Amino acid sequence: MMTKQKVTLALMAVLVLGMSAGCKKKIPPPPPAAPAPLPDNTAPGPKPAIGYFSAEPTTVTVGQPSSLRWSVTDATSVKIDNNIGDVSPNGRRGVYPTATTTYHLTATGPGGTSEADATVTVSSPPAPAPIPTASQPTIQEILAKQVQDIHFDYDKSEIRGEDQAILQGDASALKTVFQMDSNFVVTIEGHCDERGSAEYNLALGDRRAAATKDALIALGVPGDKLKTVSFGKERPICTEPTEDCYQRNRRAHFSAAQ
Amino acid sequence: MRTFTLSLSFLLAVGVASAQTQQLNGVVIKGGEKPIVAVPDFRATGTTAPSLMAVFNSTVQSDLQSSPQIKFLPKTLYPLRIPQVPADLAAGEAAANARPAPTPGYRLADWAAAPANANYLGIGYGAEDRGLFVVFGYFYTTSATITDLQQAQAFGKVYTGSLDQAGAVDAAHHYAADILAQFGGQSLIGSRIVFVSNRTGSKEIWVMNWDGSDQHQITKYNSISTFPSVSPDGHIVAFTTYASGYPAIQLFSLDTNRKLPFYNQRASMNAFVSFTPDSKQVVFSSTAAGGAAQLYIANADGTGFRRLTNSGVIEVEAKINPKTGLDLVDVSGRSGLPQVYKMNMEGTDVQRLSAGTGEATNPSWSPDGTHIAFAWTKGFEPGNYNIFVMDVITRDTLQLTANEGRNENPCWAPDGAHIVYASKRGAQSQIWVMNADGTGKHPLTQTGSNEKPVWVNAEK
Repeated sequence: MMTKQKVTLALMAVLVLGMSAGCKKKIPPPPPAAPAPLPDNTAPGPKPAIGYFSAEPTTVTVGQPSSLRWSVTDATSVKIDNNIGDVSPNGRRGVYPTATTTYHLTATGPGGTSEADATVTVSSPPAPAPIPTASQPTIQEILAKQVQDIHFDYDKSEIRGEDQAILQGDASALKTVFQMDSNFVVTIEGHCDERGSAEYNLALGDRRAAATKDALIALGVPGDKLKTVSFGKERPICTEPTEDCYQRNRRAHFSAAQ
Repeated sequence: MRTFTLSLSFLLAVGVASAQTQQLNGVVIKGGEKPIVAVPDFRATGTTAPSLMAVFNSTVQSDLQSSPQIKFLPKTLYPLRIPQVPADLAAGEAAANARPAPTPGYRLADWAAAPANANYLGIGYGAEDRGLFVVFGYFYTTSATITDLQQAQAFGKVYTGSLDQAGAVDAAHHYAADILAQFGGQSLIGSRIVFVSNRTGSKEIWVMNWDGSDQHQITKYNSISTFPSVSPDGHIVAFTTYASGYPAIQLFSLDTNRKLPFYNQRASMNAFVSFTPDSKQVVFSSTAAGGAAQLYIANADGTGFRRLTNSGVIEVEAKINPKTGLDLVDVSGRSGLPQVYKMNMEGTDVQRLSAGTGEATNPSWSPDGTHIAFAWTKGFEPGNYNIFVMDVITRDTLQLTANEGRNENPCWAPDGAHIVYASKRGAQSQIWVMNADGTGKHPLTQTGSNEKPVWVNAEK
């Protein structure tokens, strides 16, 4: 507000000066000052013209510079906000915005004020997976990346507390899959580590796949889209005799049904 | 002491040793002490036969050494002169009082004396006769109480085979079987072993002769085909295959290598078939009712499906008592980790047989239905299985393997004296065979990874 008041006062001063300069002969004491004219058209002198005010590039990552360039004529002062302040009518200035910033240029001249904006968009590094709706992940990508294995304790088929979050993520991803293709069917494979007997493990893998299916149904995934099969210990993903490998193999895994 | 007593009674049971042993001419073998048998190398006449005798001799020695009924006398302890025909022995007896004493060997007494101390002597020779390989094989007791050579001779037989290695092996198996039959040993000749091998790149069902020869592939599904079992009549192999995408039961004729009909219940798994002694019914595990796999009984083609167990926990590996057909053992999670249980054919009168410690799995009945062999981790880490034998009545156990890798899937031979099993002593599992007392272990396979052996009765 202060700035506007100052501008108004300045304008009035300019008018008074102009009027007194225009008079050749003495006249009686002036009447009260006329109201300030509207900034455009009525103001004497041309309004400042902003040739251009641009940022190049318009999109940067944090820490990268963008160059503001402008060209203004008929202005007595040119200001840019965001702590840049007064600048010359023609110029350029490097900026390092940390977030998307719109720079506001104000050119003030005898004929009035002109304003322009230039926006620098800041993206955060590294660029995340493209969100644009143009490239939705495919069903296969969702199955491979978003539907994660559920893991189990030795000789157990109950879903553990720490796997509940994974299960919920799987449920929402599977719902997305079935929304994308109502005919798609997912197979839940039950697997075991190599230590138990192959025979017992076939039945144990069956329990793990079934327990996973039941838990997903409870989370709203349509059960008729889920098949189960046990591979016991016939299809391990690793064969080292370590607890880490045993744990990786005690799992329910999701694949596209044949 | 307990183990010792058990091993004695166990040997009596499986070897059909003392009580039923056909004692030769009043020779008494003290209980539990194995008779010592000497069989020197046979020689042959002709052009081809001599080269086959090495095969014949090594096969006889292998068969006798891998038998729990006798102790095979090391050849280094044999007397210097080797009799080949009964006439040699007759000459030896005649020269008994000659001066100076003849080089020992032609008298039966020479074989009974130290250092040989043999109780029995097998002699003979090979020859060619009209394009056939012929062996004359004799067997004598060395007992000093029998002075008549005729009486001392247990048998004398002629064995013929083709004039090649196979013929020599065949003749040797028959001669060794005749010797073992003197001590209650049942011949394994003609019996085969079905097993699983991945040597083609995927698990398929294979079959071989009981001595490891003639290994050939039965299934070609390029899937996972495993868990074989065989009907007691020796005609049908049942297994579980993923050929249709889900573990399902499949039957093959061992006579024609062709698929036989089997109706699989709609279930996420049907597996682990055991035949009744008459080969007309099967018990297997199925998830047909949902929940954990339970035992069901059905006709041999899968029809007439009826539930046996309703435990709510995993029930796998049913094995019907091959002698009585009145009860079965299985592996169940009723008490937590898998244990061996016994129940009747209605699924009731359930008793746990294994001790409850560790994991007990892979039960296999002895042919007489008195013992089971099984794999047990006992006090060891999960997966560290060894083969044990249990007297089903007393629950006494005897450990047959130790510090020899992971040992699983024991299966009794039809003679009740041998056990075939899978031993993993590195990256690959192989099929091994041993005497039912844990002695005489030797491998039958070398190529690929081989597992889940099942001994097939010679076809009846």
